[in-house]
Amino acid sequence: MRTFNLFKVAFRSLMRNKLRSFLIMLGIIIGVASVIAMLAIGEGSNQNIKASIASLGTNSIMVYPGNNMSGGVSQGAASNKTLRIEDVDAIKANCDLVNFVSPVDQKRAQVIYGSQNWNTTILGVTNDYLAIRSLTIAQGSTFTVNEDRTAAKVCLVGLTVVLNLFGDENYNPIGETIRINSIPVKIIGVLTKMGQNTFGQDQDDIIIAPFSTVQKRMMSSSMYINSILASGKSEGQVVDAVDEISILLREKHKIAPSDDNDFTVRTQSEISTVFGTISKVMTILLASIAGISLLVGGIGIMNIMLVSVTERTHEIGIRMAIGAKGKDILTQFMIESIVISFVGGIFGIVLGIVASQLVAKFGGWPVVITISSVLLSFLFSSAIGLFFGWYPARKAAALNPIDALRYE
Amino acid sequence: MKNPENLITVKNLVKTYKTGTTEVPALSDVSLTIDKGEFLAIMGASGSGKSTFMNILGCLDNPTAGTYTMEGIDVLGRSRDELAELRNRKLGFVFQSFNILPRTSALENVELPLLYNNTISPKDYGDKALDALKSVGLGDRVNAMPNELSGGQQQRVAIARSLVNDPIVIMADEPTGNLDSRTSYEIMQIFQKLNDAGITIVMVTHEPDIAQFAKTNIVFKDGKIIANEAVKERKNATEELKLIAQLSEEKSTT
Repeated sequence: MRTFNLFKVAFRSLMRNKLRSFLIMLGIIIGVASVIAMLAIGEGSNQNIKASIASLGTNSIMVYPGNNMSGGVSQGAASNKTLRIEDVDAIKANCDLVNFVSPVDQKRAQVIYGSQNWNTTILGVTNDYLAIRSLTIAQGSTFTVNEDRTAAKVCLVGLTVVLNLFGDENYNPIGETIRINSIPVKIIGVLTKMGQNTFGQDQDDIIIAPFSTVQKRMMSSSMYINSILASGKSEGQVVDAVDEISILLREKHKIAPSDDNDFTVRTQSEISTVFGTISKVMTILLASIAGISLLVGGIGIMNIMLVSVTERTHEIGIRMAIGAKGKDILTQFMIESIVISFVGGIFGIVLGIVASQLVAKFGGWPVVITISSVLLSFLFSSAIGLFFGWYPARKAAALNPIDALRYE
Repeated sequence: MKNPENLITVKNLVKTYKTGTTEVPALSDVSLTIDKGEFLAIMGASGSGKSTFMNILGCLDNPTAGTYTMEGIDVLGRSRDELAELRNRKLGFVFQSFNILPRTSALENVELPLLYNNTISPKDYGDKALDALKSVGLGDRVNAMPNELSGGQQQRVAIARSLVNDPIVIMADEPTGNLDSRTSYEIMQIFQKLNDAGITIVMVTHEPDIAQFAKTNIVFKDGKIIANEAVKERKNATEELKLIAQLSEEKSTT
């Protein structure tokens, strides 16, 4: 029998039972749509995390004091102190693969302007820090080398600080003097708005002052520094730059070859790998939930096709009596289930894209629909149609014509 | 010595059904020759084996033993697919319960056997199906659905379907069993017309007056043919229908 005829037969038979055909399709539609939506949400959050981490500077290298391998994050002023300003100078002088390096002193302090006060993070850094973190100045200017050297009482403020001290984000605070821990400091610049990072931190709630100003005037000790932020010349050289820094610091800290480092060097790529893994796990989890619903849709196809074979036994008998061969019946039923899963797959793709866009619009969640997720779910649904359509189709084809004819 | 007029020859057919451990004989040693152009009526009480015999003749069932040749070709021992093709090309089926597909128009029902026939081009489907419907007097109901047709009309759709592949034999299993006598006569009129045109007809019936329209009657009892004789006073359906029409006219005038 011609394949075209079989398509005609299958199509007519589907059209004769529109409601039944639609109900079988529904399982596939929902399955495919949820696979696409879940993958889109997963991929969206993945890319969002990657973008936030990249905004911290992809080439950056962090050096923390102490041999803290478990957390990877400095415990702050209380943890052991091993890094000095001389280490920063040595890295700057000796490491070829490092293009920027800045000491980082960090503390929280009460900031006062007139009758307003605000508690915020004070960062003591050099201008290199701004370059590594891609921070830019919206108004005014950054501090000069001379201001850094002389521990000048100047600072750059983030927009959240401006809002809380001056009552208005758009207020121009340049030239105003604020008090940080009772020390009067003049604002010379306002940082460009950064917004929240992935972890929910407000990146505009910050005051940046010259390193020496913070070190000499605000920290309890002037010997040690909290951490060092550096950046490799390119993303590919970051690993080599880490080695370079490690070797240099071991030498400077006079660490015996058998002893562990008294500092920890971490790179942005390590952090992004960790978060990439987390979001990948999440995507896989979501996709497998969606995959299960697709599988259930497939079993639905098999169920209804089986019922349909029983229900249409008499019809199959008539077809066989007038000359349908076993393989004609098999092919007809296979085409029916393939058409159902194919058409269902297309509707599912449309519904999945619409659902993703709705999540993006109303949930404020980033979604990214990839071609591969669309293809994957479509192929999967077609395969399910083939797989679960085969058994009922074979059952129909194996019927004995007289028994089928007698069946009422 | 093969007689060219012999269309179907069966010899020593035996069919036994197994129900658990007991064997139920349905046919025991049946032999018959059906000539080309024959109009055969098979009679017998229910359980006499006539339907089993019909199923075997219709290539829907295989006998337990015996031989069956059609146009000199051995039918038994063929595969399911070969038998399906044989049914499609050589045989036409008409059933008691019409067996036309529901929610499918008359034309599409008649087209059905064409879809399973590779030798006919798809562009001829419509014409062939329409011709078949016209030949049974349903040229004006081509797009009607089965539920819009009377029993007699549904049976005529089934006859048109059996004709569409130009068969050599029409197998009719109690074709008038579900119809009133007037409609039955109309069906017989069609059968006699087809038979006159050279199509062999094998018909199972348990109504003696319907059997009178055939050329030959055979009677089954307990799986054996107990009578095989030519019909002596063969009825002509056209004449009978005229008679009925006259009678009802007389009734209405008086």
